[in-house]
Amino acid sequence: MPSATDSSPALPGGQRPVPPPSSAPGGGEGGRFLPSRKKGNLTDQFYGMILKLFGLTLPLLFVFIVLRIGQEARPAMEAFGFAFITSTEWNPVLREFGALPFIFGTVVSSFLALLIALPLSVGLAVFLTELAPRWLAAPIAFATELLAAIPSVVYGLWGIFVLVPFLRFTVQEPLSRRFGDTIPFFEGPAYGFSMMSGAVILSIMIIPFISAVTREVLAAVPRSQREAALALGATRWEMTWQVALPYALPGIIGGAILGLGRALGETMAITMVIGNRPDIAASLFAPGYTMASVLANEFAEATGELYLSALMEIALILFGITILVNIAAQALVWRVARRGGAA
Amino acid sequence: MTRPSPRKPPPEAHEIRPAVEAKDFSFWYGKNQALKRVSLQMPDRQVTALIGPSGCGKSTFLRSINRMNDLIPGIQHEGDITLDGDSVYRADQDVVALRKRVGMVFQKSNPFPKSIYENVAYGARVNRITSSRSELDELVERSLRQAALWDEVRDRLHSSALGLSGGQQQRLCIARALAVSPRVLLMDEPASALDPIATQKIEELVYELKEDYTIVIVTHNMQQAARVSDRTAFFFMGELIEVGRTEEIFTNPKVEQTEAYITGRFG
Amino acid sequence: MTTIALHRRRILFSRLMLTLTGIAAFVVVVPLLLIFYYLVTAGAQALNLDFFTQLPAPAGEAGGGMANALLGTFLLVFYAGLMGIPIAVGAGVYLAEAGNTKLGTFVRFIADVMNGTPSIVTGIFVWAWVVLMMGRFSLLAGSVALAVMLLPMVTRTTEEMVRLVPRELKEGGMALGFTRWRTTLGVVLPAARSGILTGILVALARIAGETAPLLFTAFGNPFWEWRLNEPISALPLLIYQYAISPYDDWHRQAWAAALVLIGLVLAISLVARFLIRNPYR
Repeated sequence: MPSATDSSPALPGGQRPVPPPSSAPGGGEGGRFLPSRKKGNLTDQFYGMILKLFGLTLPLLFVFIVLRIGQEARPAMEAFGFAFITSTEWNPVLREFGALPFIFGTVVSSFLALLIALPLSVGLAVFLTELAPRWLAAPIAFATELLAAIPSVVYGLWGIFVLVPFLRFTVQEPLSRRFGDTIPFFEGPAYGFSMMSGAVILSIMIIPFISAVTREVLAAVPRSQREAALALGATRWEMTWQVALPYALPGIIGGAILGLGRALGETMAITMVIGNRPDIAASLFAPGYTMASVLANEFAEATGELYLSALMEIALILFGITILVNIAAQALVWRVARRGGAA
Repeated sequence: MTRPSPRKPPPEAHEIRPAVEAKDFSFWYGKNQALKRVSLQMPDRQVTALIGPSGCGKSTFLRSINRMNDLIPGIQHEGDITLDGDSVYRADQDVVALRKRVGMVFQKSNPFPKSIYENVAYGARVNRITSSRSELDELVERSLRQAALWDEVRDRLHSSALGLSGGQQQRLCIARALAVSPRVLLMDEPASALDPIATQKIEELVYELKEDYTIVIVTHNMQQAARVSDRTAFFFMGELIEVGRTEEIFTNPKVEQTEAYITGRFG
Repeated sequence: MTTIALHRRRILFSRLMLTLTGIAAFVVVVPLLLIFYYLVTAGAQALNLDFFTQLPAPAGEAGGGMANALLGTFLLVFYAGLMGIPIAVGAGVYLAEAGNTKLGTFVRFIADVMNGTPSIVTGIFVWAWVVLMMGRFSLLAGSVALAVMLLPMVTRTTEEMVRLVPRELKEGGMALGFTRWRTTLGVVLPAARSGILTGILVALARIAGETAPLLFTAFGNPFWEWRLNEPISALPLLIYQYAISPYDDWHRQAWAAALVLIGLVLAISLVARFLIRNPYR
């Protein structure tokens, strides 16, 4: 990666080649500049400005993103108003656009994923910090880090050819035969490509994040807290459940919300397994559709200003939801950090 | 800070049956030998002080009594420690039950981030000592009284323990340990982080608690050992150098190293 | 006695729950093993020299390769790095040096929020900006999209790494009469170099695997392409396209491409891990 190694010398504005520190004392460049005091002030001011400019890139870009997408979404907002998010009709041919099925799909798949991922992540983190010997903990921790490095589209590929058939034939069909008539969640034919598959693949993808955060906050629980519990005759599990986990709880919640944010915005993997049908169904076996998926599937083929604009508005809503979720997570993480700093 | 009432000279060790007894106890962290064949009797309802320079093994020894070191990987031991004749290190020893019989107070006070009441009730709750609310209230009050904290906290039992002062927190931790009715109370430099007045309160408390509990206390502070303990054991480089009645150790040590340490020539 | 029974129940419950955490760990690791198992078995079968040298075959025809997509991924990541890294490192240094001011706190907050932006939204934003402006899909648009993703990631890691540089080192520079900017460029950045590089590598590995931001920017292209103003192919795009196609041979090739992509991502990650071990080399 030549871009990586070349990066640092090209830094603030690519001003001048940086003299190596060894040649610096006494100022080998003194002759080329004004007297040193004044030069220091001027260049430092300039340097400060350049840095600030770099820093400001991010907020400016952020505002630009919101404005640009907002602008493109305006025709749809004007045409449908609030009904856009309450209507379930999505019919590009008739130019009817209601985003509710996508919002439903995104929210439900993400919360289901969180429901699966949270206990597994906390269990994994407890196992790694409280129980597993080093020789076992290290490779498992490494493996979960690998899970986080796998690209979304590879999860999707695996989902299509391995997970979906597995869920369809070994989970959904038996459940459907057994409980299909009585429990609405297991109703209807088992397609495989379904809300359930989407939730499962999302949960696999967010487990590394939640468990990494949980592991970190569990490791930060002071040893004195654990020892206090043990010395009072608590079992190891009681120590973990009653002392370590409550102490780490705010951080775990923060991690869960971060994971939720990831799930909400996840695109490729879930698009490839959720079935992509804009229905609102109670059954976990029915196909669904998420905001990110409809964007991935229909954006390139969207014809007509209103269609495009409706998709833009979906992007805007998705963006808004993830921003809110991230703000919530940040606020929690900050609170934990401040508490940790004060203690 | 001497006790106002004159004390009667404590009896010799063999006159009282030992509550805790170490027999040729050795201990390793990995390859590091921290304790070398320590044999020590800690008599019933007496205060035994463990003194010695940093790293001499006194804390390791203390933590070996309730097997608090079990959490550390790579530890090994030889010999045994008994509690009322029951081997602490026997293969089928139930460490959870053991720790209920051996309370522990740590160097830095470590209350849970819960209310004062919940801190004291914790041990009773996990050990299911009582399920009735009134009994629990009673237990909490009794333990707090024993720890000489009741009068200071009776009006705010349900506020956070973290709002207490350092000395109060430490007495809360003592109350918490007492609430499970231990047989033995281990104290690992319980006053090292406290100011003189809080320290004095802890010392007075130790003096009162020995009516009911066998106490083993690790301390850095020799005056403290002299003030609170009946017997003193001097550790040096993992070995038990000398043990005896506190007055004797401080006035007439038999081993030269003990004398050197007590008179402040090292450590 | 009931207390003994109760006590035994507590210990058994403790064992049970701790065993369950072990099972949770197992359940998490299994998908990983399965994914790698399928990648290696299905991917290796389809991997051959053609994959690295040939253009994709027309739909439905067997054979062909993904040579142009490999080049495309490389170019996309290269240009994204070229655009994003200097700004990100600058912003990171800004946060490390002025991050405690109100503005700094705000910038950091925005960076964290942008880090959570769905990649598809980034793609749509760049479509609405670069693609609309140029009137076409292009390598440039794809690179911009990836750069937008990389920016907050590298900004935050750079900040953290620069903060790790011991204060004495900075003061040493100042004491030699260096100005602030020369202390930063001459002392601080070199000291934080491998940490920053690690952050950059992790970010590059991450964007190399991204598909969603490329769908409406780089778009894909069945032919060789390297010009900035033309649409270009990329490995993740082809994996997606092939995976949802009805052709068996394309499925095989999707696995092969996934194997190559994972190999690429892991190789970069491993280099990064190695660098982390020696943060002040």
